[in-house]
This record gives sequence, C-alpha cells and structure tokens, in this order.
Amino acid sequence: MKPTKIAEGVYDVGVLDWNIRDFHGYSTNRGTSYNAFLVIDEKIALIDTVKAPFADQLISNISQVIDPKKIDVVISNHTEMDHTGSLPRVMNLIGETKPLYCSKMGAKNLAGHFPNAWNYHPVKDGEELSLGKRTLTFMETRMIHWPDSMFTYLNEDHILFSSDGFGQHYAGFEKFDDQADADLMPQAKKYYANILMLYAPRILKLVEKVVASGIQIDMICPDHGILWRKDPGKIINAYLQWSRQEPEEKAIVIYDTMWKSTETMANAIAEGISSTGVKAKPIHLRSSDRSDIMTDVLDAAAIVVGSPTLNNQMFPTMADFLTYMKGLKPENKIGGAFGSYGWSGESVKLVAAELTAMKFKMIESGPRLQYVPDAQGIEACAAYGRKIGEAVKAK
Amino acid sequence: MDKYVCTLCGYVYDPEAGDPDNDVEPGTSWEDVPDEWECPVCGAGKDDFEKEE
Repeated sequence: MKPTKIAEGVYDVGVLDWNIRDFHGYSTNRGTSYNAFLVIDEKIALIDTVKAPFADQLISNISQVIDPKKIDVVISNHTEMDHTGSLPRVMNLIGETKPLYCSKMGAKNLAGHFPNAWNYHPVKDGEELSLGKRTLTFMETRMIHWPDSMFTYLNEDHILFSSDGFGQHYAGFEKFDDQADADLMPQAKKYYANILMLYAPRILKLVEKVVASGIQIDMICPDHGILWRKDPGKIINAYLQWSRQEPEEKAIVIYDTMWKSTETMANAIAEGISSTGVKAKPIHLRSSDRSDIMTDVLDAAAIVVGSPTLNNQMFPTMADFLTYMKGLKPENKIGGAFGSYGWSGESVKLVAAELTAMKFKMIESGPRLQYVPDAQGIEACAAYGRKIGEAVKAK
Repeated sequence: MDKYVCTLCGYVYDPEAGDPDNDVEPGTSWEDVPDEWECPVCGAGKDDFEKEE
C-alpha cells in the first residue's frame, strides 16, 4: 500500500493485512488494516503505528512522504499491539528521546509492554499540542476499549483520529466510505458487537459529550478499515443506535447438536417464533463463528439457546459461546433455554442459569426432550417458540 | 468493611488496602473514599462501582 493523502498535509501511512482471518478469536473474513497517520506542519506528528510484522511497510510508507527522522512527536492513542507493535522500530529510527504523547493510563500501559525508557508525555483530557499552524486536541476515552484509549482531534481540519472507535476489520483497495462496498456497515456493526458492546453506556456518554461540545467533525479516521469522510454522521448515529441496544423484532435460536435432536428442536422453535410474525434465525454453533453470532445478538430481542447434555454438562462449544457472550454484556434481552438429552439432561438448567446471570428475562419452561423428539415434543417446541414470539412483540 | 467492584473494568476496591497511590489510605471504608476519586485502572467514577456480592 502507498500512503494516501487524506487532507492537505495529512497522510494515512498505515498498512493492509489482507490475509488475517483470526484476530484474537474474532473472525476477520475481510482481513483488516492498521491505519497510522502523519500530520505535516512546522512540527511533524505520527499518530499511532502498526502491528510489528508490518513495521517495514510503515517506515516505507512514511519515507514516501518525508524522511522518517524528521518526525518530531509520536502520539499513541491506544496501547494494544496492533497499534504499538512498530513503536520500538519507529522510535529507534527517529530518536528514542523524541516525545511520545499518550494518556496517563497509556504511559503506564506502554511501560507494561515495552522495556524502553521512552520520553512519555501523558496528556489530560482536552489538552492541546501545537504543531505550528495546526493544533491537536487529546480526548480521553477510557475503557473504549482499554484504560489507555484516547482520541486525537486535528482542530483546523476537523479530523478525528478515533483509534479503535468507529473502526472495521476491512481490507480493501478503497480508503474512504464513499468508495467502500456494501460490506462496510455490516463489518462496522460486527466490530462494535465484538469489541465495544460491553461499553455501550460509556459510548453513549462519550458521544453525548462530543455532540454537546459542538466540535465539527468532517472526517473520522479509525485505526482499522475505511475512513469516514462522506458521512461521518452515519457511523456516529449507528453507534448511538447500537449503544442504546434497542432490539429489532428478531429472535435467534443458537444451538449445537450431536444426533440432530437439539437441531430438530431448534428448527421447530424458530418456526414457532416465525408463526407470530417475528423474524427468527436458527444458528448452528459449529457452522458459525462466535464473532458473527454476536453481530446477530446485538439487535436481537430474544436469544434462545439449545444444548444437548454431554457427560452431565452442556455441550462444550456452548460453554465457549456463553462465556464469550457474557463478557460482551448484551442488555435488554429475552432469554430461553432448551435441549435434548439421553439419560441425565442437565444442560437446559445449566444454560438457563448462565442466561439468568446475564440478566436475560427468561421465558419458562424451555423444552427438555429425551433422545429423539416425537410429534408431541416437536409441538411443545413450536409452542415454546410462539410464547417467545409473543414476548418479543409485547416488548 | 465491604469491597466494591468497578462495573466497567472489574477492579475491586478493598478498604483494607485502600489506594495509597491516589491518596486513599489503607483502612478507608468505601463511604469515606472521596467523591472525586477515580478507578485507578480505568478512570470510572464512584457511581460506576457496585458492592461485591
């Protein structure tokens, strides 16, 4: 990738990672990018770096714009290694004593990653840094999504460098929202669902604070994926909508199965839900990635979970998924549990306990059927589905 | 004395230990922690804490 000029004197010098498919357990079916930005003024600032294996490409991209040694200040918006992995190379090249701006938590967390005694300049929320004709303003965004996270705003150009906020795992030939294909918003939604959903209340407060401050935002430049220049309001409004966690009239039936009994039940429950006019989608765990399922969880009103009993436990893939979902703290959900079993049948109770711990409003009593569901069992599942559908409509 | 958990990041305030790095002496009960004190891990306010069950 070559550097992209995104405004007068402002360049994206980041890199594309076309082939990554597993980003710490998140399926990145479109790859991703690590964006980094160069602001050229009387002083030259580099905002964020890239994952360590791409350090050479970053340095090559910077070199196509300026001699990297001319960089005066480095800004680290976020400590995670996909944005800081190349810091040791960059600092070594430009001079280890050059100032490194970050949040207070950033200074602490960077020191926990890198042994180098860098010249940290921890900044406070709202603090400014003059580059000459232009000024950067730092905005603390703690826990969106790490303690160190912050945004950097370029005052005169109205550009917000938003770190992981508003990002997407999306590698493409395109650089901007007006050039990207139809997969852009689904990828942005998936990113929100898997990285940010648990911080929804904090995101709402942050967006309200930014709106109240009245700052003009002409472009949003996240550290992953496409830059929002045509319509930054579109992604801001999407974040508001997702953060309110107002569900659609939609239910998902997530299940795993050993001999197709729980699958038969899942399909009957989904049919029952659909018969009430509520959209219902059965999702087989081992055919889907957990990160794609979470994208569906984000705007579903009801999450119905089915597991066979294996050796007195819920099926292990279900324990994996429930642990993942619990951490992302979905709110305002209707819950249901069901499953088939051979002789002991603990799974339904175990699943229900997990969903109850997630504060789901549980619909009793999910069917628990022995061996292979008969016609009566299938009707019990359909009836349970109708009950869930009615609960969704009553929301 | 009760411990309090940060609902944002999971940090636990233990009154016995206090938070000496931020001027809260060991032995300070949750009620006596200043209102302007912030979670030392993530910066959440006191309102974002819940009593540990």
